[in-house]
Amino acid sequence: MRAPFRRNSLFGPVDPAGEVGYADPPPRKGFFTDTSICIGCKACEVACKEWNDVPDDGFNLLGMSYDNTGSLSADTWRHVAFIEQKKPLGSQAPHLRETVDLPTPQLRPTADGSEAHGGGDLFGANGAGEGEKPDFRWLMASDVCKHCTHAACLDVCPTGSLFRTEFGTVVVQDDVCNGCGYCVPACPYGVIERRTGPEGAKNVGIAQKCTLCYDRLSAGQHPACAQACPTESIQFGDLDELRDRAASRVQQLHDAGIMDARLYGEDPADGVGGAGAFFLLLDEPETYGFPPDPVVTTRDLPHIFNRSTTAAAAMLVGAALSFVGRRR
Amino acid sequence: MPGLGTSFGRGGATGFQQDLANADCIIIQGSNMAEAHPVGFQWVMEAKARGAKVIHIDPRFTRTSALADTFVPIRVGTDIVLLGGVINYVLQNELDFREYVVAYTNAATIVSEDFRDTEDLDGLFSGFDPETRTYDPNSWQYAGQEGGDGDRQEHSQQRETASALQHETHGMSVQGHPPRDESLQDPNCVYQILKRHYARYTPEVVTQACGISAEAFSEVCEAWSRNSGRERTTALVYSVGWTQHSVGVQYIRAGAIIQLLLGNMGRPGGGIMALRGHASIQGSTDIPTLFNLLPGYLPMPQAQDHTSFEDWIDSFRHPGAKGFWANAAGYGVSLLKAYWGEAATADNDYCFDYLPRITGDHGTYRTVLDMIDGKVKGYFLVGQNPAVGSAHGRAQRLGMANLDWLVVRDLFEIESATFWKNSPEVETGEIVPEECRTEVFLMPAASHVEKEGTFTQTQRMLQWREKAIEPAGDRRSELWFFYHLGRLLKERLAGSTEERDRPLLDLAWDYPVHGENDDPSAEAVLKEINGYDVATGRALASFTEMKDDGSTVGGCWIYTGVYKDDVNQAARRKSRHEQSYVAPEWGWAWPANRRLLYNRASADPDGRPWSDRKAYVWWDEEAGEWTGADVPDFEKNKPPSYTPPEDSSGPEALAGDDAFIMQGDGKGSLFVPSGLIDGPLPTHYEPVESPFRNPLYGQQANPTRKEYHRSDNRMNPSPPEEHSEVFPFVFTTSRLTEHHTAGGMSRFVEYLSELQPEMFVEVSPELARERGLEHMGWCHVVTARSAIEGRVMVTSRLSPLRVEGRTMHQVWMPYHWGSGGLVSGDSANDLFGITLDPNVLIQESKVGTCDVRPGRRPTGPALLEFVADYQRRAGVYDDHEPPIVTSSSAAGDGGGDPTPEPGGNT
Repeated sequence: MRAPFRRNSLFGPVDPAGEVGYADPPPRKGFFTDTSICIGCKACEVACKEWNDVPDDGFNLLGMSYDNTGSLSADTWRHVAFIEQKKPLGSQAPHLRETVDLPTPQLRPTADGSEAHGGGDLFGANGAGEGEKPDFRWLMASDVCKHCTHAACLDVCPTGSLFRTEFGTVVVQDDVCNGCGYCVPACPYGVIERRTGPEGAKNVGIAQKCTLCYDRLSAGQHPACAQACPTESIQFGDLDELRDRAASRVQQLHDAGIMDARLYGEDPADGVGGAGAFFLLLDEPETYGFPPDPVVTTRDLPHIFNRSTTAAAAMLVGAALSFVGRRR
Repeated sequence: MPGLGTSFGRGGATGFQQDLANADCIIIQGSNMAEAHPVGFQWVMEAKARGAKVIHIDPRFTRTSALADTFVPIRVGTDIVLLGGVINYVLQNELDFREYVVAYTNAATIVSEDFRDTEDLDGLFSGFDPETRTYDPNSWQYAGQEGGDGDRQEHSQQRETASALQHETHGMSVQGHPPRDESLQDPNCVYQILKRHYARYTPEVVTQACGISAEAFSEVCEAWSRNSGRERTTALVYSVGWTQHSVGVQYIRAGAIIQLLLGNMGRPGGGIMALRGHASIQGSTDIPTLFNLLPGYLPMPQAQDHTSFEDWIDSFRHPGAKGFWANAAGYGVSLLKAYWGEAATADNDYCFDYLPRITGDHGTYRTVLDMIDGKVKGYFLVGQNPAVGSAHGRAQRLGMANLDWLVVRDLFEIESATFWKNSPEVETGEIVPEECRTEVFLMPAASHVEKEGTFTQTQRMLQWREKAIEPAGDRRSELWFFYHLGRLLKERLAGSTEERDRPLLDLAWDYPVHGENDDPSAEAVLKEINGYDVATGRALASFTEMKDDGSTVGGCWIYTGVYKDDVNQAARRKSRHEQSYVAPEWGWAWPANRRLLYNRASADPDGRPWSDRKAYVWWDEEAGEWTGADVPDFEKNKPPSYTPPEDSSGPEALAGDDAFIMQGDGKGSLFVPSGLIDGPLPTHYEPVESPFRNPLYGQQANPTRKEYHRSDNRMNPSPPEEHSEVFPFVFTTSRLTEHHTAGGMSRFVEYLSELQPEMFVEVSPELARERGLEHMGWCHVVTARSAIEGRVMVTSRLSPLRVEGRTMHQVWMPYHWGSGGLVSGDSANDLFGITLDPNVLIQESKVGTCDVRPGRRPTGPALLEFVADYQRRAGVYDDHEPPIVTSSSAAGDGGGDPTPEPGGNT
């Protein structure tokens, strides 16, 4: 038996499967999501739902570019973000035309005479010119549970429903979860959530999130989302190898002049001990809705525990002393 | 697609998607490949990773643009101006791959001195008759080949029957040896004609007409030409963004000309990737669902022309001509044997008289208008939802509401089955559910996992699909449905002595059935399609084995080989990791399992690869055969040095460097003397609905287009007509990754509906400001046909263009929604009228003009009044007929006058 709350187990780089006692676990598995080649097809969202029998997330036009599922949730375990930005993408030449604030051609009044549009001949009469060519890019990125090395959701789970698999991933056991919801605020990324409906759906009230297709992995298959991804934006494999691949991809993009390219979640020294699912991003993490510097919310538990233990001990000592004093 | 067929000899995509990875540059135009073909797009991404430049040319910035190196916004409907500009750039700077061009194209061939170009005739070619709006193509012929008669009538009839589609499997026929000038100096050689024709497509014109900046245009020209030649190749990708125009075939022709001039055809990483719109659209033209074709692009007999079996056979055998059609009688006879089996004998012309005859236009749009007019009794819809997916939705629904019966086979209860109770016309009172006379039979269809058979996908490849599960409930496959329908019909007619019942009674209809539902064996059908020897039952290995003496059966000659050696070749699934990247052992592709067509051109005239980097198929002198990565698209043992003997015909008349073997002269056609109705060279015509006058010629729009002038098919006015400003904006429609075309397979599915749950209209921030549109608020879009509403999506992915000195706004809409499904909304196709490309009768549904206003549209009868008001203001009412021939050369009394259109159908 290991002592509980050993220094490294809640923070810092470790091999999570070995850490929890699997003897000779397989290499840690994970996702490398290279958003620079994501085409936003959402095949990952659909494949995930099909395989895992996740209900739809409601039919709501959100107006957030082409994103209509909004974020990861109990009913969306893969989520594709769409970001339209007035920024350049490396040397990409969008050749969009900026003609803002220029008048438009004369239009006839409409039937009710309510709208008349002024302007006249734009580039002739007014002599106005073409505006500056604007920068533009459209970023797409598929988000997923990070399967943290130090997973706060798992740490706080009182029932043992959340557990660490032999692949190093973090999975909810639906039939063990009692729906207490402690895991929900514990997640530094806001990934895990209790399912609130619809009525009749399975696992309503139960904490839900990506399992990294534990059932498929156990059968030697790849996760459904990675399998469905047509451009290999979602890559599944041994985490060590994925990290190497990601590093060289970043270098390749930098060489191509895309200096915005960076990795997110690949560093074992970060606040969650490195994510099992990490990303190549083309902008700051906040742009995609990622926390910039996530820290496992249970990081300070040992510290708190030690402090509180000391305090309790001091109290006990004080109490004892008072008794001793009385005897005197 | 005859744009490809007349240029190269076959109408299919010229290569395979995996080969896009070998391109040094990829031009994607008229296609949103990443969204509509996301799986194939991986090969574009692979090419990009290998260093290729990817250029996307499109009216709006899409998910394809997001991944491209360069995005070039273009005014919808001006692609020929841009492509003509590229051609002009290549010719003016002599950047063509000269050795390739001289050897493999018709650049050197001399054209009749009677030929007059659009340069001379203000946008028309010689031979135009304003009365019928058709050409007599005599003057377009090669020198010495003029002199046919009745050609004009032929063109008129060809337009009615979209006969250009026959060029899917062969190019034009050429007799003898037309004169050539390989120095390319003769003023009447194709090269010089091309040069004159495109001389006015200057960078300035491109900038003015297309709204493309000079910088962007020059980037396209340089990238395309720099990445072509001996060492490098550029691939061109298009889809329905090119085909669905009144000049659609000529768009593709323009692309073909560039790819020929730059030497990109028949070579790895080159070619023209024609991406099809659905899973088996290639298959549904190969074994057609079209009124004018029989399997393998054999013509449906016409009542006037094909009065005898011999006439019909000769119409595609072309006796005396060069090339591979000499054996075509065998294709026709084997097909008739497949239909009528033992009943088909030499004595009865193999039951040729059982084939129905066509007498004119029986296309889908003509038929729908005939329904409205009460001329059609019944209609089968199999996997099609025209109430949402076809142009002019209102006409589609009104037509269907005027039938005796309608059979709809689909996965869900789609709008084409419910139009009588919940269509927009029920709201307006035009259809009254209690009174609608059409009896609708909705038959549940088995899905793709519930049936066996093949798909023929975008690169001509047949892939066999197993039945994964038994179809639930009453769902059945199409094969089951039609087999048993035919069986029941035969049973009902048994014993009939009526002559008219013979074709049905004699039909060979004896497929083995299996399973609890008596499913016919799809493999038996595939074997029949492949063809077999009647005496032995042995499957044919190649269409060259087909006989015209009734000893072979074959349902589709171009598919012969798919069941070679009595093995289902379409079911082959050898991993691409266990074979070359060409993957010849995955599925089976027509013709003869060739994956990259015209690959003889990947070698130089002497049979050596143009470069090591682009080696593909070459002549092995020692072995005395063509060899390489693919099945050679050439006679295997014909040496490069072969010259045909005088007076030869058929295949032996093709020389050792005639790389385009299905062409009558063995050459890729820069100039197409015959086979196309609207001209031998692509010429810019404005879309039928355009806010702009044609900047290049007096002739405004395609003069030969197919029109249906009717009060229920009003077109918005365009210059030189007045009032085009009533519809000041240009709109285009296409699809989203998240939905499937008319939504029958996606709006009824939760996981897809949630991804794009509502109809929306994309506008630029500038247009939103101008018209007071709020992001996520409502707006409605109006044309002379209808008004539809949607939520406003304001996005910088659309930007106004500067066209001919004016700011022009383009609006984009997806067309997936209808009144049914989990998510419903107005249908963008309700906005379009019906105008067709003359060659193929494909509708112009990628461009129209419109008005856009904030808020929701009127409902109920007020909607009709609202649209009628627009029609009045636009001057399109009563017996208004728009001018079609506007060239000054046609009328003789100056352009611009409305020319009455005879034969209008009001």
